[in-house]
Amino acid sequence: MDGPVIELTDLTKKYGSFTAVGNLSLSVDKGEIFGLLGPNGAGKSTTILMMLGLTEPTSGTLRVCGINPTTNPVEVKRKVGYLPEDVGFYEDYTGFENLMYTARLNSIPEMEARERVMHLLERVGLSGEESKKAGKYSRGMRQRLGLADVLVKEPEVIILDEPTLGIDPRGVNEFLTLIERLSREEKNTVLLSSHHLHQIQTVCDRVGIFVGGQLIAVGDIDTLSRELFSHEPLVIEAGVSLPEDPMKAAETIAQIKQKLVEVDGIVSVEVNGNIFRSACSGNVSGDIARVILDSGFVLTSLSGKEYGLDDIYNRYFEGYEKQR
Amino acid sequence: MIFITVISRDMKNSDNISAGKESSRALHPFMTMVNKEISDYIRSWRFMILLLLVFLTCLGSVSVSISNIDEAVKANATGDSFIFLRLFTASDGTLPSFFVFISFLGPLLGLIMGFDAINVEENRGTLSRILSQPVHRDYVLNSKFTAAIIVLSVMMFSLGFLVTGTGLIAVGIPPTADEFLRIVFFILISILYISFWLNLSIFFSVKFRQPATSALAGIAVWLFLTVFYSILVSLIAKAAQPSANASAGQVMAYQEFVMNLFRVLPGQLFSDATTTVLVPTVRTLGPLTVEKIYGTIPGSLPLGQSLLIVWPQLTGLVAATVICFVLSYILFMKREVRSR
Repeated sequence: MDGPVIELTDLTKKYGSFTAVGNLSLSVDKGEIFGLLGPNGAGKSTTILMMLGLTEPTSGTLRVCGINPTTNPVEVKRKVGYLPEDVGFYEDYTGFENLMYTARLNSIPEMEARERVMHLLERVGLSGEESKKAGKYSRGMRQRLGLADVLVKEPEVIILDEPTLGIDPRGVNEFLTLIERLSREEKNTVLLSSHHLHQIQTVCDRVGIFVGGQLIAVGDIDTLSRELFSHEPLVIEAGVSLPEDPMKAAETIAQIKQKLVEVDGIVSVEVNGNIFRSACSGNVSGDIARVILDSGFVLTSLSGKEYGLDDIYNRYFEGYEKQR
Repeated sequence: MIFITVISRDMKNSDNISAGKESSRALHPFMTMVNKEISDYIRSWRFMILLLLVFLTCLGSVSVSISNIDEAVKANATGDSFIFLRLFTASDGTLPSFFVFISFLGPLLGLIMGFDAINVEENRGTLSRILSQPVHRDYVLNSKFTAAIIVLSVMMFSLGFLVTGTGLIAVGIPPTADEFLRIVFFILISILYISFWLNLSIFFSVKFRQPATSALAGIAVWLFLTVFYSILVSLIAKAAQPSANASAGQVMAYQEFVMNLFRVLPGQLFSDATTTVLVPTVRTLGPLTVEKIYGTIPGSLPLGQSLLIVWPQLTGLVAATVICFVLSYILFMKREVRSR
């Protein structure tokens, strides 16, 4: 199919006077892994519910696989697999039976369904556990069963709402690798919502940052960091050994800070203990080292770092809070 | 208990058969959901306990009415007194008769089958998972209702025919076609009555997130309608009582008024309807003047006429059921379903 798989235009959802999602426009292309990033209550889940036709938008239009989910939810749900935030299974049914039920709801012929379910259970690493009651599954196993459940209908689009919540770090890694591999192999479009920056960073092609119902930035992580920190793309941290006397130390800090600010290319300097954190427009680590050494202080460490999603996120969030 | 195993065996058989057939063609999703709900009901402990309870009480009432039926037979030596139907209505006062039992246990059955229909699915997080499958949202509600009605119907018919069969063995007089049809209609009315309570409890299960709250709400309504409402009506009746020298028209109007107050009760509608169907000599449900009775030939009504008398009652029961269903439908369709 040509064109974007998910297309949202001016989407707004209001609960009374509260705007959960405001004027959201977004498009996701086929085969992409898109990350919806935002704090709790930012409107991520509401957006997802609207995509599945589980709730109606107040205004705006949606297209998922070229179908309008508000008027034709069943067709959309045939093509979209959705893993809710805290997926529930019938606890007195086995994992296998739970998946078979999903397969039957999708009108998959019985024999084919059996094969597919067994294959998927193996794929998500649950083979051997299929005859265990779903109520006895651990959180991570349930989440993996949920992923298999989503895949039973062979969806074109997979929507995962906070899929890594409550799984241990190793499980998270396994889970994300699994999602990534599935998406690459089956050419599925994946929409992943999370408030966990690092997880999104590792798997997503593009990220949309969502705060207070507004999509405040979209793009891949490189673009985002370049946009945001265009004047100060680099941070250089310099450690200096300070005198023990607090009076003298404060004096030294002020002295060094003064000198650093004067250096060409340094935009701002922050001090944290004995670490001087300089935001720079280019790599001026040589200059920084020279300034400190020339002034007769001892340089203990010097390191440059690039901005990660953390910084991007915080920066956007700060900006948004200030606006309000 | 025999027919529990029969039912569950039947279920298993049909499962296997359908599994064989389905290799080529899949079942409609709605039927899949109904199948699942039925097997969930039948396997649940609650249903077993209910069934046992209903079974025992019915056994009790039938044994009482069988021991009383001899007198009925002796008293009506002329025949044509619908002796078989006495199985459902006769009682010596120690235990209520079968149809009184049903009017008492029916609400309980309906309430217990439905009070956790929707909210438990919601709390377990299975509702949002099911709704993300390609099924219409009302399938969830409809399948719960359909499955419960199927299970209840099978149960009521089995019980009704069990009583008929026991009576046949004990009394030795086979029922006439008219009697048999009356029994069938009695069972159908019972199912209608139970389905009113079922829909009411499904409505509460949509309305309240906690199953305990919804069960309590159902029981509260039941208690209000069976106990407190009649107290209320008798208070109103006392206040509205016409004076001793009121005209006959006034007394009639007063009687009608009190009757109509009672007819708001689904229980009253049910007992009116069942009495008329099971006791063919009942000619009217309203007050009768001497002028009306004068000149009538004592005898029983044919089934069609009996049904005609209770037609308003049946319509009322259907209406009450539909109102409950529509309310829960509207509430459920408008609901935003989030994961837990």
